[in-house]
Amino acid sequence: MENPKIAIVLGATCAGCDYSLLDLPPEVLLDVLGKVEIVYWPTATDFKLEDLKAVPDGEIALTLYEGAVNNEENEELARISRQKSQNLLAFGACSCFGGLPGLANVTTREGLFRQAYLDAPSNESNGVTPLRVSTVDGHELTIPDTFDTVRALHQVVPVDYYLPGCPPPLDLIGEALTALVTGDLPPKGHVFGSSKSLCDECDRRKESKSIHELHGIHELIPDEEKCLLEQGILCLGPATRGGCGYPCVKMNLRCWGCMGPTPESIDQGANMLSALASVLGLDRETDLTDEAIEVLMKQVKDPLGFFYRFTMPTSLLKRAVRRNQ
Amino acid sequence: MRIGFYICHCGINIANTVDIEEVMKFASQLDGVVVAKDYRYMCSDPGQDLIEEDIKSLNLTRVVVAACSPRMHESTFRAACEEAGLNPYLFQMANIREMVSWTTDDKEAGTEKAKRLVAAAIRRVVLHEPLEARRESVAQAVLVVGGGIAGIEASLRLADSGKKVYLVEREPSIGGHMAQLDKTFPTLDCSACILTPKMVEVGSHENIELLAYSEVKDVSGHVGDFRIKITKKPGYVNASKCVGCGVCTEKCPVKVPSEFDMGLGVRKAIYVPFPQAVPLLYTIDRDSCWYFQKGTCRICERFCDVGAVDFDQKEEIIEIQVGAIIVATGYDVFDASKITPLGYGHLDNVITSLEFERIINSSGPSGGEISLKDGTAPTSVAILHCVGSRDENWNRYCSRVCCMYSMKFAHLVRERIPEAKIYELYIDIRAAGKGYEEFYNRVLDEDVTFIRGRGAQVTRLATNSEEEGKLVVVCEDTLLGIPRRIPVDMVILSVGLEPQKDAAGVARMFKLSCSDEGFFLEKHPKLAPVATATPGLYLAGACQGPKDIPDVVAHASAAAAEAMAMLDRGYVVLEPEKAVISEETCSGCRICLDLCPFDAINFDEEQNIAVVEEVGCDGCGVCVSACPSSAIVLRGYTDEEILAEVEGVLA
Ligand SMILES: Cc1cc2nc3c(=O)[nH]c(=O)nc-3n(C[C@H](O)[C@H](O)[C@H](O)COP(=O)(O)OP(=O)(O)OC[C@H]3O[C@@H](n4cnc5c(N)ncnc54)[C@H](O)[C@@H]3O)c2cc1C
Ligand code: SF4
Ligand code: SF4
Ligand code: SF4
Repeated sequence: MENPKIAIVLGATCAGCDYSLLDLPPEVLLDVLGKVEIVYWPTATDFKLEDLKAVPDGEIALTLYEGAVNNEENEELARISRQKSQNLLAFGACSCFGGLPGLANVTTREGLFRQAYLDAPSNESNGVTPLRVSTVDGHELTIPDTFDTVRALHQVVPVDYYLPGCPPPLDLIGEALTALVTGDLPPKGHVFGSSKSLCDECDRRKESKSIHELHGIHELIPDEEKCLLEQGILCLGPATRGGCGYPCVKMNLRCWGCMGPTPESIDQGANMLSALASVLGLDRETDLTDEAIEVLMKQVKDPLGFFYRFTMPTSLLKRAVRRNQ
Repeated sequence: MRIGFYICHCGINIANTVDIEEVMKFASQLDGVVVAKDYRYMCSDPGQDLIEEDIKSLNLTRVVVAACSPRMHESTFRAACEEAGLNPYLFQMANIREMVSWTTDDKEAGTEKAKRLVAAAIRRVVLHEPLEARRESVAQAVLVVGGGIAGIEASLRLADSGKKVYLVEREPSIGGHMAQLDKTFPTLDCSACILTPKMVEVGSHENIELLAYSEVKDVSGHVGDFRIKITKKPGYVNASKCVGCGVCTEKCPVKVPSEFDMGLGVRKAIYVPFPQAVPLLYTIDRDSCWYFQKGTCRICERFCDVGAVDFDQKEEIIEIQVGAIIVATGYDVFDASKITPLGYGHLDNVITSLEFERIINSSGPSGGEISLKDGTAPTSVAILHCVGSRDENWNRYCSRVCCMYSMKFAHLVRERIPEAKIYELYIDIRAAGKGYEEFYNRVLDEDVTFIRGRGAQVTRLATNSEEEGKLVVVCEDTLLGIPRRIPVDMVILSVGLEPQKDAAGVARMFKLSCSDEGFFLEKHPKLAPVATATPGLYLAGACQGPKDIPDVVAHASAAAAEAMAMLDRGYVVLEPEKAVISEETCSGCRICLDLCPFDAINFDEEQNIAVVEEVGCDGCGVCVSACPSSAIVLRGYTDEEILAEVEGVLA
């Protein structure tokens, strides 16, 4: 029997997901590589888009699409991936929820360009923003057009599996690839990860979530045994799907939420915001004035970047409201 | 899905501002709607029949009624559905009266909003699941908290009807403020004479368990089955042995100011607050007893013939189960020293009304003699109304009893010192009550000078010889439009009624709400003045707001009647709209644990998940919105149902 074909496709990604593939323990990686045929993986070797297009429709057993969908090229790749594959897996937080690129949804394409190429203090673009078509040495060059709204993969094409994380946890990648080579794929729609939030696996001591002071991780050295949130550190673990093995929390860093919402949640950011608002200042709740509540909540620096770091495009918010000019 | 839609005209209440025809046409085109009808009064019998017949003949699986607030008639229509064999929770109401027609005169806008609310209800009802209400039996006992006249009255009414009552009073004796009063307006009966028999009855009633010198420590459970923990503070005298002879008090060497006499008299370290106390049980006050403070004395123990003194007595925790609770914790008086210009606390012979009640009382510290600090009788007295009441700086409300008791004071002073000059400084005279205006007229005839104006200042600084050595009350006489200075010997400050200092804590323990002023909040200001938002929890007396004794007694009797009715019915219906935690999703993060206002969430350490105790859950939804894993669902209010509603409104 032929080895199943796989493809690894890159959308709006930093390619960090690729690196975790290579980080797989050698025995797993070599075992899997020996049992599959890679038909497309531009990061590893010199594949061209034509190579992917050349594969007959539906021939690829599993395509891992990493990155969000942010421009015309991403969208084209997403559609081709879907067309060529029996199974399409959203690989990594950007592909599953929009991820970090998804934060661009706070503005429009123009706003994004303005910030990135004109207003940011570090840029050297001399007032030039990307043009779809430009002429260089008499040659007309085109680049893919950037969209106004960043989308997750399933907002563009139907997706069969999800493997979140930024980057995706090694164990879960191993689980997905092993499932493929053993022909034992889970039911469609499956999300690799735990069905509970991170707190379920986190072994820190949990007592009472009634807190009033919040601290950045640079402001104190947390007790390594005690729940971070109970120490006033904004750990997103309670609102985040577990299964990652909580490497951040083990390192005394907070959970950033890259595994996305838990199965029943429709909005990770809203869930965490609501949870935090429920417990912050709880012990003197009845005496709190509106102003005092505002002072408490203002302790959250960069609320959007905290609550919606990885999930803006798939949240209830999706994007900032576009005002009609 | 076969949805029946019904819209009510509510006479002209809705029909005037909502185009009924148009809404009906709109609804009939929505997904799943098989019949749309209107009627003048949907809640009437023919209106309900319309629904019942359609359920049967058209096999409706869902019903939506667009009418008034669900608070008014949700139960009516649910019952109609049930009557016709449809699960009552497969019904949804759209409120197009309170939320539409009563908010606008613009028929176009009203019709548009009504359509949106109707669309929301129809989209939502599709997702409804059949639910079952539960019936639970009711414990045949009532807890009454506070033994003032309110608590006494409520306890007696209940006990007389054969109900078991636990009356918890934190002081050593019941009686409350009424026990401190001398005569009561407007009839001038002696307060003790009418109160003492009731107190004695409480003490000896076979159905009343009086827990004096005790406090409620913890409340859990729900209507029909409240679990209460009560702390019985040690009084160091064995109740079953003490015969009330009082020899201990006589021999005790320690003298401290008496709280009952407002600090004007003294009591001993072992004492009863006043001779008519119920229970007549002597109590050692640890804070002043030499034995507890210095390690030696025990004189009382030596003199007690029956060996009732017991220095080893310990705090006792009593656990009881009751079906209903009546909170009757009463009021506190405004602290007059807060208004510095009135001189209370730094000028001699400026006293509060409650102090005056003790002074004028023949069993009080001065034996009823009105005298000044130097022992002489005053020749002139000013009574200042509204101290701390009707005042933007303090309490904005009227304390309701002060005008009347102030005029009672004028009468009592006139009785004792016939030649005295008496001044009443008032803003308005509020004498609304049976026989009150008559009492006012009577006092007007007793040569009392009424000055319309708030007493602004009391000073010793004389500006002429007439004022020399006197207290000068400065005020504006608003009838004459001139400032006045009134020299007198004695000033009585008619302090207002305030919530007890610990009212917020008591509210938290019993899950009561407080109004802006801090008094406990009734369920409805007109139609449910003794019930609260928590089923099975009732209010009696001045803890709900300032009241005089007749009103307190009526209020307390009403609370007793409501509790009695609930107990007599024998069961309570527990609505199914409760929170449920999914075992598969709960991660044991513990965020919900401290949040439940009804303490209905427990933690299962073994499974590492939180669990809602269904009967304790009130369905408030606090935990649901807090759970960061969305592991908690409130039956009847799922995310999907709410989103469907939102989509309906926005569609
Ligand atoms: C100066 C003055 C004169 C007045 N004269 C008259 C008059 O002539 N005629 C008239 O009709 N009205 C008069 N009133 C009003 C009258 O005092 C009240 O209407 C009445 O006393 C209110 O009764 P109550 O039982 O609601 O409260 P209270 O008398 O305050 O009783 C409350 C009881 O609850 C107890 N308690 C409080 N908290 C707790 C707790 N947490 N646990 C257990 N026990 C607790 C208290 O110790 C107290 O025994 C006068 C008021 C004042 C201030
Ligand atoms: S909040 Fe963070 S630190 Fe606390 S238990 Fe959950 S994952 Fe662990
Ligand atoms: S908040 Fe949610 S996840 Fe956390 S313990 Fe409670 S039910 Fe479980
Ligand atoms: S809904 Fe939740 S917070 Fe509210 S009473 Fe029920 S268990 Fe408690």
